[in-house]
Amino acid sequence: MSEIRSELKYLPSHEWARVEEDGTVTIGITEHAQDSLGDVVYVETPEVGANVAAGEEAGVVESVKAASDIYSPVTGEVIAVNESLEDEPEQVNSSPYDDGWFFKVKPSDLSELDDALDADGYKAAIEDE
Amino acid sequence: MGNRTALYQSHVDAGAKIVDFGGWDMPINYGSQIEEHHTVRQNAGMFDVSHMTVVDVTGPDARAYLRTLLANDIAKLDDFIGKALYSGMLNEAGGVIDDLIVYHLDGWYRVVVNCATRDKDLAWMTRQSEGFAVTLQERADFAMIAVQGPKALAQAKQALPEQNDLIDGLKVFHGAAAGDWFIARTGYTGEDGLEIMLPEADAPALWQTLIDNAVAPCGLGARDTLRLEAGMNLYGHEMDETVSPWQANMGWTIDLKDAERDFIGRAPLEAQQAEGVPAKLVGLVLRERGVLRAEQTIIVDGVEATGVITSGSFSPTLGFSIALARVPAEAEVEAVVEVRNKRLPVTIVKPNFVRHGQSLV
Repeated sequence: MSEIRSELKYLPSHEWARVEEDGTVTIGITEHAQDSLGDVVYVETPEVGANVAAGEEAGVVESVKAASDIYSPVTGEVIAVNESLEDEPEQVNSSPYDDGWFFKVKPSDLSELDDALDADGYKAAIEDE
Repeated sequence: MGNRTALYQSHVDAGAKIVDFGGWDMPINYGSQIEEHHTVRQNAGMFDVSHMTVVDVTGPDARAYLRTLLANDIAKLDDFIGKALYSGMLNEAGGVIDDLIVYHLDGWYRVVVNCATRDKDLAWMTRQSEGFAVTLQERADFAMIAVQGPKALAQAKQALPEQNDLIDGLKVFHGAAAGDWFIARTGYTGEDGLEIMLPEADAPALWQTLIDNAVAPCGLGARDTLRLEAGMNLYGHEMDETVSPWQANMGWTIDLKDAERDFIGRAPLEAQQAEGVPAKLVGLVLRERGVLRAEQTIIVDGVEATGVITSGSFSPTLGFSIALARVPAEAEVEAVVEVRNKRLPVTIVKPNFVRHGQSLV
């Protein structure tokens, strides 16, 4: 069974969101997602300063097997991207919740995450797949 | 649940991720496809390819039958017992029903066809056998293990001390029987290696012996990136019944030398050749960040959607993306590929990227 962290929020499309102490939101893909994709070879993140919208495409992750869109769980401005993924995209496989994060957003409305799944909801969603 | 090979439990025990592959539950990887790919390029890896279909062709007309059935001419094998030949099996319109390997075994022949095309292949082969004194026998009792990589032969010899003389005597693209086993120096990776057909009951023990002799289990994911780097066709991608072998880099397998040999599909192939073949299969190299994928369209000389990618992936050996693609015959040097709402420049190369661990691009 894939690791699902209780402190995170999730989208059915397999992104996770973590609300940091300063109110920013860090976004990545789940253990289950990286396992389904296989070896990640390329990640396209949004640019710092770009605006992303909740539920909208914000990037792409490509594995040896397939390309998959990344959706942002929240609306806001991108304030950081994980540049180390450019040289080491395999961090998405080895550490999806920590070193393999994709981008950070300064959210315009944190309550958007109330609509996201909690760990139990996400667990149920992937069991139904 | 799909069909399972004799090695299914071995795969599960080794932590394989199992996926459906043409109706078979097969290992896609045992953890990391890229690591498995590198293992085959640098050391020795093995694949369970028991899902492939083996058909023995025997009887007094076996040779005449296969000279009609196949676009390549098995008469080339007449003086070479054990030698293998790659060929297309074509329909009446010259489209490719399947690609296959045929071994000449002293008066009879062993044919290995794809698993996804098994049913239609067997139906076609049976139908075309009418009027020939031949017997077709599917060998579903065989498992098949492909041991591939620069160290494949050495490790296989360690694992099979009693077969050392046989393995040492095998020339490239030849096979030989060893009791009820059949060992061939063939493969689908662009590396040296063996394909071992053996009774299903023997397969799990051989698999384990090979593991004990430093041959790593590799999944069908790595097999696909290895064959793509080697520029080898995959049925259903580079060719199918609507594609002429002239347009699938299979011209070298069409043997027209014997004017008397009226193989199935010959007339349309000769007509196409006389008219001029409008498209060809090439390799594409993308140096920018991004991954080429099957079905992405290609812009040549500013003309939209004039070509299409048939197989594409990230190349683990090269570190960038490569593809096989069908483009207009006159296309050369460069093109542009539509990669997800972006247009990226690619270089057109011969469809062969890596051989024996070395880059060719």
